[in-house]
Amino acid sequence: MNLSKILKNGFLILVASLILSACATQKKAGQTQSDVYTGTESVEYLASGVKDRVFFATNETVLTTASRDTLRKQATWLRKNSKISVVLEGHADERGTREYNLALGERRANSAKDYLMTYGISSDRISVLSYGKERPVDSGSSPLAWSKNRRSVTVKAN
Amino acid sequence: MILRYLIVLLILLPIKAFAVIEVDITRGNLNPLPVAVSPLSIDEKSKESFKKIIKKENIGVEISIIVENNLKQSGLFNPLNKDAFLQKPNIANLKPRFEDWNLIKAQALITGKVTFVEEKLRVEFRLWDVLAGKEIMALAFTTVPSNWRRVGHIITDKVYERLTGEKGYFDTRIIYVSEEGPKTNRIKKLAIMDQDGFNNKYLTLGNELVLTPRFSPTNQMVTYLSYFRNLPRVYLLDIETGLQEVVGDFPGMTFAPRFSPDGKKIIMSFAQDGNSDIYTMDLENRIVERITNHPSIDTSPSFSPDGKYITFNSDRSGYQQIYVMNNNGKNVKRISFGNGLYGTPVWSPRGDLIAFTKLHKGKFYIGVMRTDGTGERLLTENFYQEAPSWSPNGRVLIFYRETKTNSKGEGFSAKLWSIDLTGYNEKMVETKTDASDPSWSSLLSN
Repeated sequence: MNLSKILKNGFLILVASLILSACATQKKAGQTQSDVYTGTESVEYLASGVKDRVFFATNETVLTTASRDTLRKQATWLRKNSKISVVLEGHADERGTREYNLALGERRANSAKDYLMTYGISSDRISVLSYGKERPVDSGSSPLAWSKNRRSVTVKAN
Repeated sequence: MILRYLIVLLILLPIKAFAVIEVDITRGNLNPLPVAVSPLSIDEKSKESFKKIIKKENIGVEISIIVENNLKQSGLFNPLNKDAFLQKPNIANLKPRFEDWNLIKAQALITGKVTFVEEKLRVEFRLWDVLAGKEIMALAFTTVPSNWRRVGHIITDKVYERLTGEKGYFDTRIIYVSEEGPKTNRIKKLAIMDQDGFNNKYLTLGNELVLTPRFSPTNQMVTYLSYFRNLPRVYLLDIETGLQEVVGDFPGMTFAPRFSPDGKKIIMSFAQDGNSDIYTMDLENRIVERITNHPSIDTSPSFSPDGKYITFNSDRSGYQQIYVMNNNGKNVKRISFGNGLYGTPVWSPRGDLIAFTKLHKGKFYIGVMRTDGTGERLLTENFYQEAPSWSPNGRVLIFYRETKTNSKGEGFSAKLWSIDLTGYNEKMVETKTDASDPSWSSLLSN
């Protein structure tokens, strides 16, 4: 490999990282992408690099690419820590009727549960608890606050 | 005990003639009827006896204030200032001087008398048509002194019924969820109060999250959702004994409960594996029946007053809409087709309307539509409001409203509000704490 090639590659890497950081700043300004929260403000960690929660779009229960990535990491961690059981707590934002939101929270937690199960975690180790709109993490009345509240949180049960 | 205590109604005189005065309840409060509520007369001895028991200076005055306040709150009546009254209560009750009452523009006059008889409270009251110059109703009844506030409510119900032609809703109670603490971690308790906000009592301690209480038709029982031991389940609570039990043995969350109109069944949602369907459980034989079976969310069920139909909320079309089906789950029909999302359908006790919550373009509405979905009428618009509950005569809706918080997430509150079916007379219902999920009882006495 000659010098010019190294320089070229280095230049490419530099460009790529510039683009990435531009994306990152963009995300920070918006903190949501297609109505789904992408920030880390309320996020906690089950273990190093293993986020405890995934976020949803309004009225949606579909997992995003980022959510699936988070859940795969949770599954890996759960496989390594086979004695740990978890509760998946499903939540909705405040912009819906209480009863429908209870059902929606249950559905969100179950879509996370289903994904963990496809990555080999036994259903015996996962229970589901919907809080509907009863336990927001952000008390704001803004689209950003609501996006943080539409979530499924994986909590250690033991 | 209060609920079970039978109030003995003795009809003093048969209702005479026909009323010249009439109140049109379909027009709202455009022209409330001027009414004079004279303090109920009382002899000195009775006054002293009641004073010892209920700790009020003059029970006759107190009861008339209850009546006055009820009439005013209805929006249909305009109770006149007592300072303008010329006749003394005891004389007015015997024979009003109609010219005097006419002078202050009263069209109806309520007079009465309270006595302490054998440890009981005896009340008689009369309703007079001032313009026609005659008595149009006279009733008397006896009860325990501790029921004195209810006496005021029963008088109001009788007057309201005589003048509007429809049953009243004043001798009733509201069960609701009392809320305290930060928005992110609310402490919620079941609470019960008289329709006018008095006699507030807490039924749970706030140790676990409780939601959506609803009265049984006989007012003895309440069904609600409790997160006891972090297992959200529908419970049944006997208000008098305080005994409670889980409804059914479901392997997952049960929620959105209501009684059937005969009080024998509870209808609710059961969520399992991400899907909520509607079930009923018979409270006598414990038989559980599945009513809907659909991969969508089916919730917020409410029976028609004849028990033949069920209205409910489903997102089977892709979004929350209102549906009606037979009580066996057959013949499901969508009835909401307007713009936006629809939730919390509740069948009117009169049978002809369904009240609902609607979300459209970021605003929440309380509205009503006919049971086939036609004639949609939105009564009130706000940042957030939901969960209407009908007064037992189907004239008034009570619901809750939440405020928008500021950029720091401060300023949250939840309060009960009521509105007339006409869309008039919207007002906040005072509660000691923040409040949500109100449910209106049926009339305690009939």
